[in-house]
Amino acid sequence: MPSIAKPSAAPSGSQTNDLGLTVRDYEGAMSTLCAGCGHDSITAALIRALWELSIQPHRIAKMSGIGCSSKTPTYFASGAHGFNSVHGRMPAVATGAAAANRGLYYIGISGDGDSLSIGLGQMSHAIRRNVRMLYVIENNGVYGLTKGQFSASADVGSKLKKGEENRMAPIDPAFLGLSIGATFVARSFSGDKQQLVPILKAALKHRGLALVDVISPCVTFNDHEGSTKSYLYTRKHERPVAQADLVPPAEEILAPIGAKGVTTIAMHDGSLVRFSALPEGYDPGDRAKVLPYLQEQQAQGLIPTGLLYLDESVPDMHEMNNTTDTPLIQVPFESLCPGSGALEELMEGFR
Amino acid sequence: MPQANTGVNDFAFKLANVNGTGSASANGLLMQAIFRMGIPVSGKNLFPSNIQGLPTWYEIRVNKDGRTSRALDYDLIVAMNAQTYARDIKEVRTGGYLLFDSTWPLDRALRRPDVTFLGVPFAQLCVEHFRESRERILMKNIAYAGSLIALLDIEWSVVEALLQETFGKKKALLESNHKALKLGYDFAKQNFECPLPFRLQRMDANGDKILIDGNTATALGALYAGCTVAAWYPITPATSVMESFKSLCERYRKDPQTGKNNFAILQAEDELAAIGMVIGAGWAGARAFTSTAGPGVSLMNEFLGLAYYAEIPAVLVDVQRVGPSTGMPTRTQQADLLSCAYASHGDTKHILLFPAHPAECFEFSVKSFDLAEKFQTPVILLSDLDIGMNDWVVPRLTWNDDYRPDRGRVLSPEQLEKLAAFHRYSDEDEHFVTPRTLPGFSPKGAYLTRGSGHNRLGGYTELPEEYQAVVDRLAQKHRAAAPFIPPAVIESRRSTRGKGKGRTPFSLVTLGGCDAAVREALDLLSEMGVPGDYMRIRGFPFGAEVETFLNAHDVNYIVEQNRDHQLKSLIALETNVPKEKLRSMLFYGGFPLSAGQVVEGLLSALGKSEGEAARGLGGMPEALSGAEG
Repeated sequence: MPSIAKPSAAPSGSQTNDLGLTVRDYEGAMSTLCAGCGHDSITAALIRALWELSIQPHRIAKMSGIGCSSKTPTYFASGAHGFNSVHGRMPAVATGAAAANRGLYYIGISGDGDSLSIGLGQMSHAIRRNVRMLYVIENNGVYGLTKGQFSASADVGSKLKKGEENRMAPIDPAFLGLSIGATFVARSFSGDKQQLVPILKAALKHRGLALVDVISPCVTFNDHEGSTKSYLYTRKHERPVAQADLVPPAEEILAPIGAKGVTTIAMHDGSLVRFSALPEGYDPGDRAKVLPYLQEQQAQGLIPTGLLYLDESVPDMHEMNNTTDTPLIQVPFESLCPGSGALEELMEGFR
Repeated sequence: MPQANTGVNDFAFKLANVNGTGSASANGLLMQAIFRMGIPVSGKNLFPSNIQGLPTWYEIRVNKDGRTSRALDYDLIVAMNAQTYARDIKEVRTGGYLLFDSTWPLDRALRRPDVTFLGVPFAQLCVEHFRESRERILMKNIAYAGSLIALLDIEWSVVEALLQETFGKKKALLESNHKALKLGYDFAKQNFECPLPFRLQRMDANGDKILIDGNTATALGALYAGCTVAAWYPITPATSVMESFKSLCERYRKDPQTGKNNFAILQAEDELAAIGMVIGAGWAGARAFTSTAGPGVSLMNEFLGLAYYAEIPAVLVDVQRVGPSTGMPTRTQQADLLSCAYASHGDTKHILLFPAHPAECFEFSVKSFDLAEKFQTPVILLSDLDIGMNDWVVPRLTWNDDYRPDRGRVLSPEQLEKLAAFHRYSDEDEHFVTPRTLPGFSPKGAYLTRGSGHNRLGGYTELPEEYQAVVDRLAQKHRAAAPFIPPAVIESRRSTRGKGKGRTPFSLVTLGGCDAAVREALDLLSEMGVPGDYMRIRGFPFGAEVETFLNAHDVNYIVEQNRDHQLKSLIALETNVPKEKLRSMLFYGGFPLSAGQVVEGLLSALGKSEGEAARGLGGMPEALSGAEG
């Protein structure tokens, strides 16, 4: 994964967060993606979200697979450990890491090739396991790194350069997530930072797996007429249905709750997600209503965006497994090894 | 009438059954009763890949001298499966006995004059004495165990105690088992001359040894090594490794205050995910393992390459079964050797450990975690179905409380502070291991783990010299692990005195579960005047002693359970031993090895190259003359 260090000159007078860190402290190496790539806008939104939440960079674990999207971990939080694993298998690596050390913020960055083709199974099972992590799909409907083949989210009728037409229906990660029990489903557009940053913040605070599908136009291979993943199409057809805002615990008392059209869901850490501008009858906590609404919108060619569904009541992987609150890597060996006495006793059972 | 075996504590018998009829508990009861009488015993379960209906056999070898390899010479066969009468009757040795369920007709034509037929109407007796149909089927087995108590002179009190332990709290079960045992016992006492000419007699040869299977011992090793994360996908014959680990964790790893688990066992969606989770956990700093069999290893290949190249500790237990493809899932083989040694594309090499019995499963399981962390790489423990799923009499497992995990080179935040800068793949120690950092502890230790080309600093590279510097170090690191692998077991059957003193011309070399059969074969050969040396290789990379030993012998017969002489190939590839010194002796039908097969194999090998053997052996021993043709 090529990466270039950034120039050392920093913009003066940068604001600091609660940790005294500037946005710059959450940046990574220079991107080597194509100029104008949607993924870089997502990187910028991630940097913003992490800075705003004042998360210590070294408490972040950046996980990815293979592909353009999977380069993203290099471009943010250079103070964090990253793991660029193998194609489509990021969810398993993230699951294992999260099992070993539950104390970190896990950010999985994937793409439509990585997660919806080779990694579809792993993504689905990470969702079912409700691994506590932010799972971003940088969705551009195309294989960029291997030069423009169809991905599993390519539109029916979209064409390759040589004219071959895609006939298979796209896999929609939001539909998939909702149908298999995802506890946090959001969709956004890389060009809509105003919407994306609060979503990412809420996702980072979610107690389980937060699936964030971000339409991220590929300027090189899929930013053309007929693509629903192009800049133009997304700008025209994006319908922000569930604008959400994260209210961190510290501001809880001051939060203006109760205004008409506002729905509030308390998150595990005490922060609140405040939904506003919801369409009539839309309840982001009711899976049975969200799915038909999305289908109806899709039928009209619209792309509903925002935090579409949220359920904080489902236990995460550790809760399901009754794992100790201390990260397993910090449990002292002395409490792991039963010792010679126990072995002697055990041996009696084999006599 | 031919002579029967009159041996006390020296005979073998086989129990022929139908899969799924509950014979396992009766067979286990017999095996354990003999063990508790202080008599060395071994049991081999030869079962089909089927839930119910197909033929299944259990063999028990009783040997006062502690021989445990598979016997192919049966003094007694208990024939409970009418479908296999013909085959079972054929296998009884001359002068032997066939105990059969006379409820089922036995074709007169199958009778042999040199075998004594003992018919007991087990099914009928159970129909008469038990009401429920399931019970009638299950109790047949206990009834034949009852007959064997009489025929072999098994101590009642021992059986009594075993039943109490098994069914103590379930009164109804205890009573029906008792009743069934008594049915078989009384019938035998009333109708046959008990005991048979060969029989059991209490002795004290088992000392404080234990009866345990390899998979349980492997799981115990993982528990004691401090493994906290395990990820797996069910597969025969590895499933019981994780089942045991889980029950051990439930027992020993609950936080006494909170009742919460000091472990995470994840049943993954497939083997790819299982090893991925192990690698993720290893990267985060936990001791983690997965258990699988050959088909699982195939799926895990890509990830093993990543862990090798990115230098992440991971432990994989491969309980080998018969391949290729689905192969014979319930049969044993040693055919994953090469695919594990070089698992994954590109230049990869892994550390392998080869336990021979459950005691080593325990020891090597612990060692796997230490080696994986010390060398920051996957370690594969290559067990097999015979070791893993059969019960073995082995020395009691012990634990040294001074043990502390070898975590290898992990930099603490304090150590990091003293560094000007941290680079993941620089500053190597004498074992070519570079220090690593764990996520979450220090901003200074952050780095990006990658399976793509990287340089000494951990950065991406496509420069030939930078790439080569890293992969060359990895090769050196693999070699540097050799002194830390359990050394080969080397023994001589040759006289150290008199005429025979000096160089031994041939050796038998093996690995894993072939150990018992090969050692016994060498003893037999020695008695026949064909003494040879012995080496059992216990891991890869090979220690220096392996090459020295092989070079010191004119011919080394490498005994292994696979078609393609994988151990021989690995030796040829990884040492400088001349190829002509290496010969194969292969057994790959899927059953555990017997000493007789090895003896026969060696005699026929020597017979085939008569001139060579005569030179090598300093004159052809008399015992060999019959095998020359």
